[in-house]
Order: sequence, then structure tokens, then C-alpha cells
Amino acid sequence: MTAPRCSLPRAARLRKSVARIAGVWGLSILCSLHAADLSSAAREVKAVAAEGRGNPAASVAWRRLAAADSKSLPVLLGAMDGANDYALNWLRSAVETVVQRETEAGHILPVEPLTRFVRDTRHHPRARYLALELITRQDAAIGARLLPEFLNDPAPDLRRDAVQAVIDEGARFGTNNKAAAIPLFQKALTSVREPDQVDDLAKRLADLGQKVDLPKVFGWVNKWKVIGPFDNTGGAGFERVFPPETQLDTSLKFDGKSGSVGWRDYQTTSDYGLVDFNQPFTPLKGVTGYALAEFWSDTPRRVELRIGCKVGWKVWANGRFLFGRDEYHRGFEIDQYRMPIDLLKGRNLILVKCCQNEQTEDWTKEWEFQLRITDSTGNPIFSTR
Amino acid sequence: MNHPFSLLSLRCGVLLASTVVAGSLQADWKQFRGSAGDSVEPGSRIPSQLDARSTVWSAALPGRGISSPVIVGDRVFVTSCSGGRQDRLHVLCFNLSDGSLRWERKFWATGRTMTHEKISGAAPSPATDGHRIFAFFSSNDCVALDLDGNLLWYRGLGRDYPNASNSLGMASSLSVIGEVVVAQVENDSESFAAGLDARTGTNVWKLDRPKRANWTSPFPFREADGRISAILQSSKGVVAIDPATGQTRWSYTDGASTAPSSTSAGGRIYVPSQGLTVLEPVSGAAPKQIWRSSQLRPGTASPVVVGGKIFTLNDGGILSCGDIADGRRLWQLRLKGSFSSTPVSAGGFLYCINEDGLVQVIDPSTPTGSVVSELPLNDIIIGTPSIAGDSLLIRSDKKLWRIGRNSSL
Repeated sequence: MTAPRCSLPRAARLRKSVARIAGVWGLSILCSLHAADLSSAAREVKAVAAEGRGNPAASVAWRRLAAADSKSLPVLLGAMDGANDYALNWLRSAVETVVQRETEAGHILPVEPLTRFVRDTRHHPRARYLALELITRQDAAIGARLLPEFLNDPAPDLRRDAVQAVIDEGARFGTNNKAAAIPLFQKALTSVREPDQVDDLAKRLADLGQKVDLPKVFGWVNKWKVIGPFDNTGGAGFERVFPPETQLDTSLKFDGKSGSVGWRDYQTTSDYGLVDFNQPFTPLKGVTGYALAEFWSDTPRRVELRIGCKVGWKVWANGRFLFGRDEYHRGFEIDQYRMPIDLLKGRNLILVKCCQNEQTEDWTKEWEFQLRITDSTGNPIFSTR
Repeated sequence: MNHPFSLLSLRCGVLLASTVVAGSLQADWKQFRGSAGDSVEPGSRIPSQLDARSTVWSAALPGRGISSPVIVGDRVFVTSCSGGRQDRLHVLCFNLSDGSLRWERKFWATGRTMTHEKISGAAPSPATDGHRIFAFFSSNDCVALDLDGNLLWYRGLGRDYPNASNSLGMASSLSVIGEVVVAQVENDSESFAAGLDARTGTNVWKLDRPKRANWTSPFPFREADGRISAILQSSKGVVAIDPATGQTRWSYTDGASTAPSSTSAGGRIYVPSQGLTVLEPVSGAAPKQIWRSSQLRPGTASPVVVGGKIFTLNDGGILSCGDIADGRRLWQLRLKGSFSSTPVSAGGFLYCINEDGLVQVIDPSTPTGSVVSELPLNDIIIGTPSIAGDSLLIRSDKKLWRIGRNSSL
């Protein structure tokens, strides 16, 4: 059997082939141009910085990003890799603008590429979470099926939602079916990172007769040396440099607010790791205390120092000042302040200054802080010694 | 067959009519307590007899918030926050006519999001100049969008100035004056006020402010010489600044509250200071004190001036009425419940909403004031309502209501 002959003359066939090839090339070139333009626009948006620097150029470039189609969503999400917190919001709003326009036009969001994206832990955690939001928007069942994959994910928001799904599953059994509920809550407890979820799980498990070792779950730094009181009359002690800030020899004694003071050992057994200066020094007002901890690490590594404190505080790691805040008795929560630090291999010294003011109301008695070292997901890191 | 020109004319006519219906017959409500920051919409005719049929529509909100809605034409803009740490910031645009969601944009907070449980990340109210929306959050994130939700610029003031936060939460709302967005980011630590360029978000000016937590909001005030000042209140008192430069025009230094904001009427400013103090700014000099009353001390709610009377509401629900001529207290009326939100006034009536969501309509023209109707919304309401034409816009953590004349009945 012979193949049917093409009815077009040879020249016409040639022209058609050339046109086909040119069309494919043209499309390819157009796609490349489009991708290049998106990439260029994303670069301009990612150049935004503190105090609105780069905003005018970003505003123009943002329009090009927001004009993309739904197929470009993985590209837009990928642009979040390496973006600062300002740029993340610019990019997020471009994604949402595209999604709104495309869904209103009846176009379907690209679930498969988005699924690949959310599973790829090399991408920015927030971009991955947004990808899951988009998948769920397109098909809630797929989003729900994916969620358990993220129970131990490095992206905090993905992990949080996955942990919550397990908590919710356990809660459905409640106290009527302890045998089913307890393993689910314990499973969630091994993955949980968010303090409010830890508290929730601890309460649920306590209701079922299970005690949770909260200091271990949170990973508080619990062994300290403390010294004080120094003066903080009129709040002036916050800025004043007392000897412990410059001389970290714990054998030394110094002139304190009301006589000679020296370092003493202090270990907190509080579930919430509270280093309570009112215990060693009795409740005082207008005073400053210091706490010093050794934290040992097997390797040099970047970690997070997380502190909660409702009075004035400053913190140093290995002699380097990290941050301080002179706010008194406005509020307190776990991980209230987070800052990156670089642990050295071996011994690291963490110094905390904690200032109490002179307010007299009942709710101003606390003169304390809590501190832990974690990775970026909130997983506690313990001193190796 | 219609001639194309006729069809075009017809379409233009319909469009024009829609615009008039949607936009021109009602004044926009452009910021916390209205475009003038005085809580009053005299031309509005919200029904004074509210009942279960008065809910025109309600819409679900995706997160918490106590900010007030702002209104431009047929669009209602509301902010919310969600997430375990209130770190997802929402800006939503609803259609005033039917409550349908027109668009929503979400952002990630770049500053601290911790607040007291009664406040929330979406405590400051957004503001608009009629063309752009400027949304502000407790984390000090500030977003500028056009009316269709396109991002114009983004600022993370809590990231830029990392000690600018309040562990109880920030609640000061924005005010847009000319091409400057005025923000008070005042707290115990890194305390400042800033004028942001409405076009780009960059700082036009930035002023150090008293280091004391402050939840009051800036508002525009027309001076005797016609210039518009931005009024900034703090624990130290009140300053009037040139919104274009941040330079002080005059100041009052006898202290002021950090929760209820001042209000203005008839060229005077009613300041929650030493009870209530009334100032009359004089060009080029310190403002003249007209009167002071310890009997008209407001609670969290800001004072409201209507019809020659001033009204203050304390947190326990005592509504006090004073004569604006001399500050003499005329009467007091006990309302039901506790109050955080500021009353608004329309058509001579006062609309007061307690924390349990009970709307109480007050006729202040009677000799001792009287409650003329009540509408229970059965939800916790902390935020101040807004007025859109003949309707109230009220929000809780969960819902947005339009209350008014229900034409569908």
C-alpha cells in the first residue's frame, strides 16, 4: 500500500514546512521573551528594600508580572526564591491578581506544576505555601490529600496546617475514644513547632491523662548564672552599661544597687523556661539583672535565638549585641522576638540584661524572661553539654 | 435597528446613571470616623428604627479585625488578619449594593503581630483618597492599592524600624491629606510619626514622637487661615503639623489621652485631655483654651459633636451630653453594655454599638436623650462603624454587615 501523495506542489509543501518551523520558533522566541520579561520584572520587584527604596520601579514592573497568565504561576512563585520580605508581598499580590483574572475568565490553575512546586523544598517556604493555597482553591480535595505530606516539612506554615489536621483528627475522637485520640495527639506532638499548638496539644493530652514534658518540647535554655540587682531608677539602667556587659568573669563581684553583688547559679524548672529574677533577688522595682548561659554546639551553625520578655531587655551572643527593647509590661508571649545568630563550635556565651521598672500595679510584678535556641522552623536545639 | 450612536449614548447614559447611583449621591467615608474624622454624616438618613429587617446584607470575613470599613462609591474596603500568629493580612473589597466580594489581596506581615486578645492585627483602619486604598496593620505594614486591587506600593514600617511595635498591638489609623499618608507609629520604644508619599510610599518626613504607647489616630483639620493641618495626639498633648513637611504649626502641651482621639467641629478641637478640653487654634500662636470639663471625660470611644452638643461615652456605657458653648453637662444616659467603639451620627441620631454587638440608636434631641431602637447583632464588636449613604457598615471578627433600609422587603 502506497502512501497517498500530497496534493500540494513541492514548493508549497516547502513553504508550509518553513512556516511551521518558523511558527514553532516564533512561539518559542515569544515564550522566551515572555519568560525573560517576567524574569526582568521580577528582578526589579525584588530590588525593593527598606524605607520604600525601589518602590517606583517595582510598581511599574509589578504590572508586567500581574499581566501574566496562569501558566506562568510557577515562574512567579519561583521568583520568590531569595526575595526579601518586602518583595515577597509584591510577588504575592502579583500572583493573586493573575489568579483572580484567570479564574474569572474560567481558566484552570495549573495544578500539576503547582503540586511539583509545593513538593520542592528548595523553593521559598512562603511560595510553597501559596502554591498549596492555589491548588486548594482549584481543587480542595487535592489540597487536602497533599497536606499530610508536610507534617515534618521545613516550611512553617505548611507544617502548621499539617499538624493542625492531625490535631483536628484526634479531636474528633476526643475523650470518648482515648485509644484513638492519644496516638494522633502524640504524632502531632512529634512534629509540632508552633507554641500555641504545643499548648493546645499539652492540654488535650492532659485531659486524656498524658503528661507532656513541656521544657523538653520547647527546649528552653534552663541553666544560668544570674547577677543583680543593678539600678534602673527612672528607666536609666536600660542604656547604662553595668560591669557584666564588659567583664564576663563570673568570679568577679561588682557594686550593685544596694551593695556588692556576685554571680550565682540559677536553674529554671518552669514549664515555660522562665528565668525569674524575683526568686533570687526578691521582688524589686527600678532594678536591672543579668543572666549568663553557656551554650555548647558541636558545629558552627546559624540558628535562631528566641526570647520572650515583658520588661526591658537586651541580649548578646558571644559578646555581640543582638537586640534590645525598652518596653515594660505591655505583653508577653513565647518566641516574642526572634533573631538569627551564628553559633560557634564549642562554647557560646549568651548574656541577657533584664530591667524592671517602677510601676506598682499588680500586673507589673514580673521581672523575667524565657529563651530558647531553635532552627528556622522552631525545632529546639539543645546545648550539647 | 438602533443607530450605533444612539446605542453608545444609551450605554453612556446607563453608565452615567450607575455612577450617579453608586457614587455621587452618597459621600465617601474615607477614613476612621469619616472623611473629616468627626464621625458625622449629616446628610445621611439611616433609619432610626432598626430591627431584624434592617440587615441589608452580611458577608463573612476571613479573619479578625476591629478596623473600620472605608467606602468609595459602591465599594467597601475592609481589612482583616488571619493565621496562628495573625500574620496574614487581608484587604478586601465588597460591593456596597449586594455585599458580594469584588476582590481580596493577602500579604505577609513583616513586623511583629502580637496583640492583646481584644485588639487584633487588623486594628488600624485603612484610608482612601478616593482613588487609592492605603491599608495599615498592627505590624506596621502599609499597603497601597488601586480601587481594583492592583498593588501600588508596600512598606514594612515594623521591618524598617524594628523597635517600632507595641506588644498590646498598634491601632492608630491612617489619614490621607493631599499626597501624603500620615501614620502615627507611637509606642514605648521606637516612637515616630511619618508622612508617606501617597504615590511611592517613601518617607516625605519622619518625626520622633513621645516614647509612650499611643492608639489615637491623626485627622485633617482646617485652620482659620484655610490651611489643612494633620492633628497628632499623644500623652504629651496635641500638635498640628503641616502634612506636606511635618513641621509643627502649633502645639498644646497639657497632656492627652492615648486611646480616644480628638474630634473637630466649627474650627475647634475637642481633646480628651484633663477630662475634655476644647481648643481654638489661632494662626501663628498657641491655641486658645475655650473650656475644660472633667464631667465629659471619654472612655475608649472618641467624642462626637452634633447639633451644638458634644457627646462622650465611657467604657461602662454612660453617654454624656454637653453644651459645646461652655462644656456644661446637660444630661447622662446609661446605655446597655460596655463600649470600645466610637458612636457615629447620621440625621441627628447617634448610633452606638456595645461590645456585645447591640446597636442602640439614640435620639439626643429629647430633654435627657432616649434610646429609640435596638438591633442585636449577637457578635463581639469593638470596631467603629462607618456610614455609606443611608447605611451603617459594621464589622466584627467574622462578619461585615450593611444595616439600613432593606429595599428587598
